[in-house]
Amino acid sequence: MDAIPFFFLLGFVARLARSDLKLPGQLYEALSIYLLLAIGLKGGMELAKQDPLQVLPQALAVLALGAAIPLVAFPILRRLGRFDRYNAAAIAGHYGSVSVVTFAVGVDYLTARSIPYEAYLPLFLVLLEMPGIVVGILLARLGGEGGKVRWGPLLHEIFLGKSMVLLAGGLIIGWVAGPKGLVPLEPFFFTLFKGVLCLFLLEMGLVAAGQAGALRTSGAFLVGFALAMPVIGATLGSVLGVAIGLSLGGTLLLATLAASASYIAAPAAMRIAVPEANPGLSITAALVITFPFNILLGIPLYERIAGFIHGS
Amino acid sequence: MPNTHPCKLVVIIAEEALEGPLAKDVMALGAHGYTVSDVRGCGSHGMRSGVWDADSSIRMEILCDADTSLAITRHVEDAYFRNYAMVTYVADVGVLRPEKFVR
Repeated sequence: MDAIPFFFLLGFVARLARSDLKLPGQLYEALSIYLLLAIGLKGGMELAKQDPLQVLPQALAVLALGAAIPLVAFPILRRLGRFDRYNAAAIAGHYGSVSVVTFAVGVDYLTARSIPYEAYLPLFLVLLEMPGIVVGILLARLGGEGGKVRWGPLLHEIFLGKSMVLLAGGLIIGWVAGPKGLVPLEPFFFTLFKGVLCLFLLEMGLVAAGQAGALRTSGAFLVGFALAMPVIGATLGSVLGVAIGLSLGGTLLLATLAASASYIAAPAAMRIAVPEANPGLSITAALVITFPFNILLGIPLYERIAGFIHGS
Repeated sequence: MPNTHPCKLVVIIAEEALEGPLAKDVMALGAHGYTVSDVRGCGSHGMRSGVWDADSSIRMEILCDADTSLAITRHVEDAYFRNYAMVTYVADVGVLRPEKFVR
């Protein structure tokens, strides 16, 4: 049994049971900075070993996947869920973007089972943060009322938001420094990673349970959507993973990324770009339903989907 | 108090996402400065525990003259009240060194 998901459960149950357990806000901030940098550095280090010409077509295909997922989610939310344009677009944007912690749990799942994967996959994590959010915003604005978007502050939020700066920054530092340059950082960024991830998941459990009250008002459709959409995303991710020649482990990680929904970068960007949308709906779906589903049940399920599509 | 001068205190409690836009707006509307702090609380938008970004609120305080306070409150009413969790109020206060806050 993996210990890591249990830390999420501990936080979740503690909050539901009204324990006074609370991590200092600054610690949450510090843990997220650590995780983003560590993931970026690891990916950059592995990227340094790759031929860029081989990775480039894969990267472009992954960008297209990020743009495609909200285009799949939007009509489902509009037609079946009867959400208005703004809420459908905002929720779709959250599902087009990705969750770093879900990715980290996916990496841990593969490591614990000794399943090899392309170690430069954090590059795809960086690439998948943006397109979903941009497409979500376009879906909200194109054809809607008051169609103008203030792209300046928005692009600033997307490209210079802290998660992007830390992930992409870590990736570039890791790439430039290469494996040798990162040796002195290894004990801090790589050896301690799992322990920090556990603490972060404990905090996410507390946060998710704190938001769980919103489930009462969000409606059954949203719950169903937040459980079905990750499976749709994982299937699309698996198909793409096989198409661009990833290994089984790489395909599973791409499927996990495609299944995940953002609850850090996307809410911040959407709040500025699509203020008409109710943030409670997208956060409930992404954080309270999809995130726990992915880390507790989803990843083993995606291993089966990826294995089936991979033909192994 | 004999050494204080009348001034307006505008207080805006809003979602953290608005800190950047609000800061820009109030300076453009004539404020000489502002102070921002992280806060938490509860209201019609539910519990805002301030643990993570999407759940965080800020409190922005602006000391200014009456005209500027009017411009700021009108602007936030038009631009943000409809879609954001926000509380705004204005108080009469007495300040030292009034030249720091009023035109």
